[in-house]
Amino acid sequence: MTDPSNASVWGRLGTLLSEFYNAPYRGAVARARRDEDDLFMLFVFAELLGIPNPATYYTLELQPVLLERFHQWHTRMGLEHSPLDHFRCC
Amino acid sequence: MRDDIDYVPTNRFVLWGHHFTAVAGAAPIIGPGIAVIWGWLPAFLWVVLGTMFFAGVHDFGAIWASVRNQARSVGSLTGDVVSHRARTLFMIVIFLLLLMVNAVFAVAISNELQVTPSAVIPAWSAVFVAIVIGLLLYKMHVAITWPTIAGTVILYAVIYLGELVPIELPAQILGLGPGAQWILILFFYAAVASMLPVWLLLQPRDYINGIQLFIGLGILYGAVLITSPTVVAPAINPNVPAATPPLMPLLFVTIACGAISGFHGLVGSGTTSKQLNTETDARFVGYLGSVGEGALALVAIIAATAGFATLADWEAFYQTYGTQGTSAFVQGGARIAADGLGLPLAFAQTLLAVMAILFAGTTMDAGVRLQRYIVQEWGTIYNIKPLQNGYVATGVAVGACLVLAFGAGGSGGTGGMVIWPLFGTTNQLLAGLTLLVVSVILVKLGRPSRYTMIPMVFVTTMAFVSALIQLRDLYAAGNYFLVIVDLLIVVASIFVMLEATSAFIREKRKSAAAAR
Repeated sequence: MTDPSNASVWGRLGTLLSEFYNAPYRGAVARARRDEDDLFMLFVFAELLGIPNPATYYTLELQPVLLERFHQWHTRMGLEHSPLDHFRCC
Repeated sequence: MRDDIDYVPTNRFVLWGHHFTAVAGAAPIIGPGIAVIWGWLPAFLWVVLGTMFFAGVHDFGAIWASVRNQARSVGSLTGDVVSHRARTLFMIVIFLLLLMVNAVFAVAISNELQVTPSAVIPAWSAVFVAIVIGLLLYKMHVAITWPTIAGTVILYAVIYLGELVPIELPAQILGLGPGAQWILILFFYAAVASMLPVWLLLQPRDYINGIQLFIGLGILYGAVLITSPTVVAPAINPNVPAATPPLMPLLFVTIACGAISGFHGLVGSGTTSKQLNTETDARFVGYLGSVGEGALALVAIIAATAGFATLADWEAFYQTYGTQGTSAFVQGGARIAADGLGLPLAFAQTLLAVMAILFAGTTMDAGVRLQRYIVQEWGTIYNIKPLQNGYVATGVAVGACLVLAFGAGGSGGTGGMVIWPLFGTTNQLLAGLTLLVVSVILVKLGRPSRYTMIPMVFVTTMAFVSALIQLRDLYAAGNYFLVIVDLLIVVASIFVMLEATSAFIREKRKSAAAAR
């Protein structure tokens, strides 16, 4: 059986190392992840924007799931309002 | 302001740890290693007093000023507090500083790899260890503790492998000696590294180097305390070699990092301030970050003055100014570590050479990446499409560094060490500019500004006089390439300084009028 005091020291060490590892690069990694997410959003909404997308059949069902992120995405892309006439979010 | 991307409140001990490791690289090792040529006392006093009254105030001030202004960088603050023209000139000084950092560190690593062939395998192994840690953490979601322990153990174990298989490059390839070959390899590597995702190489490499830095400092200070080595170098060197420049003002630019350094302001206001939990943590993180780096510079002084058997050995080593770089730290530190901890001398030398190479390598990786960003930003601002491309921007950044490394020192690629004092001068001018911007903000708030103005006046005066002395020497030596670089730095700094001084006086008058 694991000694709880050791486990907590080990756990604390892990947390400290993890913070030390992540803190300086948190922004860069989050930005890289956001860039990938933006590309994915473009795939999902491509057909609605008039860009032919052969994968629309598969991405269509993702649209309701990503709806909450849609507003953040189009404002980040420099569009104040939704670019889709039939798809207004603000 | 929290956005979980750039603005994330972080525990102050963790923040101190990464502020310290970000600012402490090879520079606090190289500077003191060169500066003890004037004797140990001037270097010791400048590091101790500089850390207390200059670096601590500067780093703390830069972080504080940034936090008070939406955690923006000093460059950006200059635009608001002083003027937009000053901001552009400030950016040019920063670009030149990064250029010099990369060139200087490439030459320092190249020299160390030639002097210590046993360090080649351990130094390059660190790249593979970092990539494996990055993959384990991001792709396989392994908890961090075991990869850290295994990575650290492997890094020390490969030092033995390095001793068994020392690697030396051929004496000549296409007319290039081993030094130039290493520099080309290093810049090729830095270009590739700057294009890789940060999580794959830069982040784990920084992390594992940070752990190495703490272990290395522990080993060296432990060995110093156990052996109490005798300082063989004189307090003030009466037999300074013939071509050595005057102590006043060159001491103050030869030791930049370790006493005061403008680079810290860039780190402090660029990343650290965005992660500060509360404003009052600025003192803990900023001031103690400088103290940590001062401690590294002090151990470098001890290694370079007490790590030699006799005064004659020391004098034989210090026959010319500016050529020692990391080797004084490696040779002297290895001897102290061998005596204090009973390590074999060859092993200790490889260990310290690897430490110095890793510190310089990490700074170079980050420097090339930052330069790439600056080039891409210029591409966007001035609408130059090719510069916006990552590959082209990296090519321009690396090309500029190679021009400096080779252009300043011939085909041997030793240009980097020639520009060490120039690098120190630029660094100190940047520190002076940062202190001036902080002073303007203090005056605007109606607070006393003498604690930042006195160090600002001192450090700027020393840096300007040094720049002028270097200008004369470089002109006399016919090194017109560096004369142009030096002139560019001096002119840009004069303009920023004039604009900032004018802003300072304007704010001072305003606050005096408000008090009436």
